[in-house]
Amino acid sequence: MTVGIVVVSHSRALADAAVALAAEMVPAGSVPVRVAAGAPDMSFGTDAAEIAAAIQAADGASDGAGVVVLLDLGSAILSTQLALDLVPADVRDRTIVSPAPLVEGLVVAMINASIGTPRERVAADASGALQPKQSQLAAD
Amino acid sequence: MPDAWDVPLLTEWLTGFRDAVDQAGEELTALDSAIGDADHGSNMRRGLAAAVAAVSQAPPADCGAFFKTVGMSLVSNVGGASGPLYGTLFLRMGTVAGTAGTLAIQLFGECLQAGLDGLVQRGKAQPGDKTMVDAMLPAVRAYDEVAADGGPMVSALTAAAQAAAQGRDGTTPMEAKKGRASYLGERSVGHQDPGATSMTLLFETAAKVFA
Repeated sequence: MTVGIVVVSHSRALADAAVALAAEMVPAGSVPVRVAAGAPDMSFGTDAAEIAAAIQAADGASDGAGVVVLLDLGSAILSTQLALDLVPADVRDRTIVSPAPLVEGLVVAMINASIGTPRERVAADASGALQPKQSQLAAD
Repeated sequence: MPDAWDVPLLTEWLTGFRDAVDQAGEELTALDSAIGDADHGSNMRRGLAAAVAAVSQAPPADCGAFFKTVGMSLVSNVGGASGPLYGTLFLRMGTVAGTAGTLAIQLFGECLQAGLDGLVQRGKAQPGDKTMVDAMLPAVRAYDEVAADGGPMVSALTAAAQAAAQGRDGTTPMEAKKGRASYLGERSVGHQDPGATSMTLLFETAAKVFA
C-alpha cells in the first residue's frame, strides 16, 4: 500500500517538471503519481473534472492507502475542492488536500509515500516542508 | 408566455448570457487587467461557448440536467476561479431543480438560493469582499421579495437584475479580500469587480428572457 499523489497546477509544464524533480528523490515507479494541470487548450487553468479523475486514478493505484493532493494556488484550490464533490464518498474520505508549498511539499510527500507512510503523516510532513528552507536561511 | 422556466427558456438564457459576455469581453478583460490576471472575459467566453455547445448537441431532458450540463461545462472549460465558482452555482441549482420540467417562481427562487449558498461555500467570500457574491446576494434577496408577493417572474428577475447592478457598482470602493485582487490590498479600491460584473450580466439576461 503506497499513498497516491496528485499534483494540481495551472500549468501542465510546471506540474510535470515538479513531478520529475521529486521523482529523482525516490526509486522509480515507487509512488503512484497523477497530474491534473492546465486548460484544455494548453493555456493556464484548472479543471475540476480532470482533477476528480486524477484523484480516482491515484486512489485506485494506492491499494487503499488513499491520496494526498498537492496544488499551486487560486483556482487550483477551488477546483480541487469542487473535485472532491465529484468523486465517490469513500474516495473523498481517503483524500487529503495539502496546503503545502507545491515543490517543497511534493518532494517531502513523495519521499514519505515511497517508504509506505500513511497518508495523514505524508500530508502533515508535506505541510511542514518549508521548515528546512526557513531554518537554513534564518539569520544566525 | 408561461410564467415559469423550462429547458428552451433556460437555453435562451444561457445563449443570451454567452452573447452578453461576448459583447462585454473587452470590458471584463479591462476590469480584470486592473486588479486580476486579465482573463475573466476570455475564460468566461470559452466556458460559455462550451456550455452552449453541450446543451445544443444533447438537449437536457429536464431543468436539473440542464444546470448540471452547464455547470460541468464551465468547470472543465473556464480554467480560472470563475470555473469552479460558476460551476458550483449551476450544479447546486441543478440539485434543487432535479427532474422538474418547469421552474415556477418559488422553485426557481430555491434554485437561486442553493446556487448562492454553493458559491459562498466554495469561495468562502463574505459580502463586502469585492466578489461576485456582492452582486448575487442582493439579487437573490430582491427576487425573493417579489416572489413572496407572488411575482410575476419578469418582475422578480427585473428586481434581481437591478439589485445585482447596484451591488456591482458597490464593489468599486471595496478592498478585495479574495483572489488575485486581494494581493493588491488597498490598491484594489476604485476598481469595479469583474466577477460581480459578469454576475450582473447573468441576471440582466434572465430578466430579458421574460420581458
